[in-house]
Amino acid sequence: MIARPLRRRLVSRLMTGLTLVAAALALLPLFAIFADLVLKGASSLNLEFFVATPPAAGQTGGGVANAIVGTLLIVGVGSVLGLPVGIGAGVYLAEYPDGRFSSLVRFFADVLNGTPSVIAGIVVWTWVVRPMGGFSALSGAVALAILMIPMVTRTTEEMVRLVPHSLREAALALGYPRWRTTAQVMVRAAWPGIVTGGLVAVARIAGETAPLLFTALGNLNFKTNLLQPMQTLSLQIYFFATSPFDDWHRLAWGAALVLMALVLLVGVGARYATRSRIRNA
Amino acid sequence: MPEPTPRLHTERLSAFFGSTAAVKQVTLAFPPNTVTAVIGPSGCGKSTFLRCLNRLHELSRGGRVEGGVWLDGTDIYDPDVNPVAIRRRIGMVFQHPNPFPTMSIHGNVAAGLRVNGRLSRADTDVAVERALRGAALWDEVKDRLRASPLALSGGQQQRLCIARAIAPAPDVILLDEPTSALDPIATQSIETLVQELKRDFTVVMVTHNMQQAGRISDYTAFFYLGTLIEHDVTTKIFTAPSEERTEAYITGRFG
Repeated sequence: MIARPLRRRLVSRLMTGLTLVAAALALLPLFAIFADLVLKGASSLNLEFFVATPPAAGQTGGGVANAIVGTLLIVGVGSVLGLPVGIGAGVYLAEYPDGRFSSLVRFFADVLNGTPSVIAGIVVWTWVVRPMGGFSALSGAVALAILMIPMVTRTTEEMVRLVPHSLREAALALGYPRWRTTAQVMVRAAWPGIVTGGLVAVARIAGETAPLLFTALGNLNFKTNLLQPMQTLSLQIYFFATSPFDDWHRLAWGAALVLMALVLLVGVGARYATRSRIRNA
Repeated sequence: MPEPTPRLHTERLSAFFGSTAAVKQVTLAFPPNTVTAVIGPSGCGKSTFLRCLNRLHELSRGGRVEGGVWLDGTDIYDPDVNPVAIRRRIGMVFQHPNPFPTMSIHGNVAAGLRVNGRLSRADTDVAVERALRGAALWDEVKDRLRASPLALSGGQQQRLCIARAIAPAPDVILLDEPTSALDPIATQSIETLVQELKRDFTVVMVTHNMQQAGRISDYTAFFYLGTLIEHDVTTKIFTAPSEERTEAYITGRFG
C-alpha cells in the first residue's frame, strides 16, 4: 500500500529533476555566450564604435557604423521583400489547405526551410550577382528574403489555422464574400501570431553570414547605395575575427555584442506581440 | 389553421457528405412570421438541413445539395444566384456564441451592415442600437459598445450574435441549437427573444430540447435518420402526432 506511492513519488521527483537539468543545460550556452560577449565586447563600446568606420589594418580606434547601418538596410530590404510573400503564401496554404498546389508549396517550403543558408547565397550569386555584374547589398537582401519566406509561410499558415472555424462560418453566414472572410476575420484574428512569426524570422536573418558572403560581400567603407557591396555586422565579425590584428578582434567582439543585442531586441518585440495576444483572449 | 404562403420552402431537398446522404428528400415550408422548430435525435440531419437553407452546407468538406430551396419564389440554388447575396437575406445563429474577437461589441453588430454596403456612421449607430434592442442586449452594453465582446457572458454573447444576425434586416433567421451551450437563465432570455423575433422574421430553429420546441414554436418538424417524419402545428405534434416514431421520440422512448 505504501510502497507504490513512494516509488511513484520518487520517479516523479527524478523525472522533474531531469527535465530541470535539461532546461538548465539548454539555457547555459545562451548565458555563457552573452556573458562572454559582454566581458570581451563591452570594453570596445564607445561613441566612436557607433559613428566611425573600421580602422586601417593594424591601426587602433575606429568603429562599425557602416556595419550597423548595413545590417539595418539589408535586413530591412530583405524583410520588405520576404514578409509579404511569406505571409501571403501562408494565408493561401491555410485557406486552401487541400489542393495539390498547396501540398506542393508546403513541401517546397519545408525543403527550403531545411536548406543550408550558404546555398541561398550561391543561388542568388548565380541569379542576381552575376547578371547585375557585381556584388550588392540588394542581392544580399534577396538571399535573406529567400531564407525568410519559408519560415514566415509556415508560421503564418499555423497561426491562421489556429483561428476557430466558427468565426469563418459566422462571417460567411453574414454574407461576407470569401476574400473578406479571409482578410477581415481570419487574418485579423491571427495577426498577432503572424507578427510574432515575422519578427522571429527577421531576428534569424539578421544573424546570417554565409548567404551574404557571395552577395553583399562586405565593405570597409560607409555605404548606403543598395547596388554596391555593403557591410553587415555578421560579415564584419567574420572578417575581423579571422584577421591577425588584435584591434580588429576587439571590434569583432563589440560587433558581436551589438548584433546579439539587436536580435534580442527583436526577440523581445516578438514576446511583446505574443503577450498582447494572450491578454486580449 | 389555414396555411399562409410560405416565405421559405424546400422541395425534395437532399444533402450529402461525399456519397453519404445526411438529409433525404425533405419538402418543408416555413410561413412568414412563424417559428418552426426542427427536432430529432443527434445525427438526424437537422443541423445539416438548416445549413442548406443559407447555402452554408456546400462549403463543408464534401458537402453537396440536391433538390431546391425557395426564398420568396427564387430558387436559391439556381446557378445565377449568388450565395453571398442569399446569406445576406438569411441570418444565422450558431450553437456556440461566436462573436468576432477582433471587433468591439458595436463592430460585431455593424459587421453585417458594413458588408452590405456603405452606411453613414449615424445610420450605422441607429441600426446597431435597433439590433441590440431587438436582441434585448442594449441596456446591458450601451455603456461599453467599444469593449471586447469577450468580456460578455455566454448568454450575452449569444444575444450579441443574434443582434449581429438581425442587424442587416434579413428575411429569415436560422438558429442552430442556440441555447445548448447556455445556462437555464440565459436560455430563458433567448427563448423569450425568439418569440419576439417572429414579429419581424421567419424563424427556423434547430433544437434537441423538446420542451423548448413545445414552448416557443408554432410548427414543429421531426427528423429521423435524415428523413422528415412529420411536420405539423406544434400543439398537434406534441399532443396527437400521426406518426408512431414521432410519438416514441416525444415521449422519450428513444432518441
